[in-house]
Amino acid sequence: MACSLGMDPNLEGKKILLLEAGNKKVMDKVPETYSTRVSSISPGSASFLTGIGAWDHITQMRCKPYKKMQVWDACSDALITFDKENLEDEMAYIVENDIVVAALTKQLDSLSDNVQVWYRSKVVKYAWPMPHQSTDSIPWVKVTLASGETVQTKLLIGADGPNSMVRQALRIPTIKWNYDQSAVVAVLNLSEPTENNVAWQRFLPTGPIAMLPLSDTESSLVWSTSHRLAEELLELDEESFVDAINSAFWSNENQSELIETAGSLFRSALSVILPSAGSPRQLPPSVAGIGPKSRVMFPLGIGHASEYIRHRVALIGDAAHRVHPLAGQGANLGFGDVACLTKLLSQAAFDGKDLGAIQHLLEYETERQRKNLPMMAAIDLMKRLYSTNAAPAVLLRTFGLQATNMLPTLKEQIMSFASK
Amino acid sequence: MYANKLSRLMFGLYSRNTASVCGVFQVQRAAGRSGFSWTAVCKQRTLWLQRGVSLESQQHTVPCQISARSASHSTVDPDEVRRFQSLASKWWDERGEFAALHSMNDLRVPFIRDNLLNVHRQRHPGKPLAGLRILDVGCGGGLLTEPLGRLGADVLGIDPVGDSIGTAQVHTAFDPDLRQRVSYRACTLEELSAEEEEHGGGRYDAVVASEVVEHLADLETFAFCCGHVLKPGGSLFITTLNKTNLSYALGIVAAEQLLRIVPSGTHDWEKFISPVELERLLESNGFSVQSVQGMLYNPVSGAWSWTNSTAINYALHAVKAREEPHTDQAEENTADTHS
Repeated sequence: MACSLGMDPNLEGKKILLLEAGNKKVMDKVPETYSTRVSSISPGSASFLTGIGAWDHITQMRCKPYKKMQVWDACSDALITFDKENLEDEMAYIVENDIVVAALTKQLDSLSDNVQVWYRSKVVKYAWPMPHQSTDSIPWVKVTLASGETVQTKLLIGADGPNSMVRQALRIPTIKWNYDQSAVVAVLNLSEPTENNVAWQRFLPTGPIAMLPLSDTESSLVWSTSHRLAEELLELDEESFVDAINSAFWSNENQSELIETAGSLFRSALSVILPSAGSPRQLPPSVAGIGPKSRVMFPLGIGHASEYIRHRVALIGDAAHRVHPLAGQGANLGFGDVACLTKLLSQAAFDGKDLGAIQHLLEYETERQRKNLPMMAAIDLMKRLYSTNAAPAVLLRTFGLQATNMLPTLKEQIMSFASK
Repeated sequence: MYANKLSRLMFGLYSRNTASVCGVFQVQRAAGRSGFSWTAVCKQRTLWLQRGVSLESQQHTVPCQISARSASHSTVDPDEVRRFQSLASKWWDERGEFAALHSMNDLRVPFIRDNLLNVHRQRHPGKPLAGLRILDVGCGGGLLTEPLGRLGADVLGIDPVGDSIGTAQVHTAFDPDLRQRVSYRACTLEELSAEEEEHGGGRYDAVVASEVVEHLADLETFAFCCGHVLKPGGSLFITTLNKTNLSYALGIVAAEQLLRIVPSGTHDWEKFISPVELERLLESNGFSVQSVQGMLYNPVSGAWSWTNSTAINYALHAVKAREEPHTDQAEENTADTHS
């Protein structure tokens, strides 16, 4: 956000301060091992990052484009593949979070004229302004730091994650719940080098498991599953863990004959209507080992702030909305927030407006909620639909997935929605 | 009470400026004598009138005083001043009485910005109007003054209502960015214009009078003073209400009495002026009108938009003729041919 604001020509000369709790993360050299925390960066987010000058740093360091995505169901043969027509364009990129942070840090250093960064700073208190002016209160947001320093600002942007202190201090009502799932992440070594340009995701009744390409021989694992199973997976020795992953991608134990028959009937019926559509199944690569000490788990949840803004305050990213990783949209929604807020603040500055005024912040809220809410609802629905192996739900999703797979226009719409 | 204050102010100004004012008069008279410009003559006349006002209020006896008529030559209407005094504290309530003025910024700030950028082509990213001096006449609580200051211009907001100026000053004081660029004074345009004499006049790149002229008592003097404080080629921006049946129905009956968008009694239809009349007035004071655009307020959404019809509200952009260098040149040319 700070980077994006700092790069905007209309905001030149505005003082931007970034308060960061952690240390400065400088990356002189890309580490040899891959990090387990990765994000899927959509083309829309990539072009946004290009705009703020960070994408060049990322490509110079490390990122892996993928051109195709195959999603399939453990309880039936239904599958759906997403790809760009000619396999030339990238569908999205898998980038390690550390790389994104390092690229942004580098870019921030080049903006030191108008963007200041205070690392290792912790906010202890926020004082909010009254909507109308009164003589005894400050008209701006006042931030008190643990160091005793105070800062006053016309506009405070809360980008402080799912447990946002800004959001809590403002008492913004938030709808949130934890899924009964945790994600296990790890770096996987593939048994043989491949082109590795497909993102694989299979819906198991316990949760989706995804393999995202990092390089020709390595992929990143995101396995969402029950808390108990996740803990067990962490306890397993390396070999059994690898076996568990392979069987999660390959096993047919959850399939039932009824669904199988219904599914193939439906598929053949569809192929009569649309003979050319659909796509053949590809097989995921098998896993040979995992990166050293790369297994980590964390609980999953969903959350949505009912308001993204208040007088002189805006929430962005996970502070405003948190999603399940199954669609790889968390980071993209956050970048979308930043792009939108920057655009509106830039226009406001060009119109001589007070940057903290509620008018353009409201526009930000409307525009983003219109985009974020359907995405969150879709992700939540997918999560629920695939968390069961009850026959009606399985049938529904089998037909749905097969039909969608046969309809290129619908698929294109889904892709363009997800790649913004 | 107000009259006393005004006369005190004027007395102060006058006594300080006597010498310089006279000096300018001489120049003007000299220009007048050479007889090449009708506007110069008009100016001279109005200046004399003005001088009459200030002198009269001091009750000095000066031979050139032009009597009874001159009393009306203050641009300010005392009734209007009283009306706005009672509203001074409400300027910055974005949802209150002045909500429509707040949202009008969406039109008038870009209107002023873009027209000024057309004339002054230097690019200052982040501060598009940097380096320009703007006078905001009838600035009220500074609703338009602040945005112009944020765009980088040095803005002086003037308003005869002291309480409004107080509100404006308090509101601006907290923002260090604005403090440097925006200043306010409780005075009238003619006072400022007289004072500008001291600096030779014509120091502003733009004069803005937004939703002001419909409250004025004497437009002739207003137009003259605007021309006086502007640099040659400087821009005058006016937004106001047209004098049509529709503007009566919507501007007064609907906006004040039915919908209460603006406080009742804000406007007096008799003082509204049509774009044609305003144009004529400005042209006769040495301006050339560049554009007139209609503005439309949607009371449901609370938003303004541009429209082709100037039947209700309209914005006008006029430029002060660059007559002086031009005539100088003409004069030189004539001199050359003669010699």
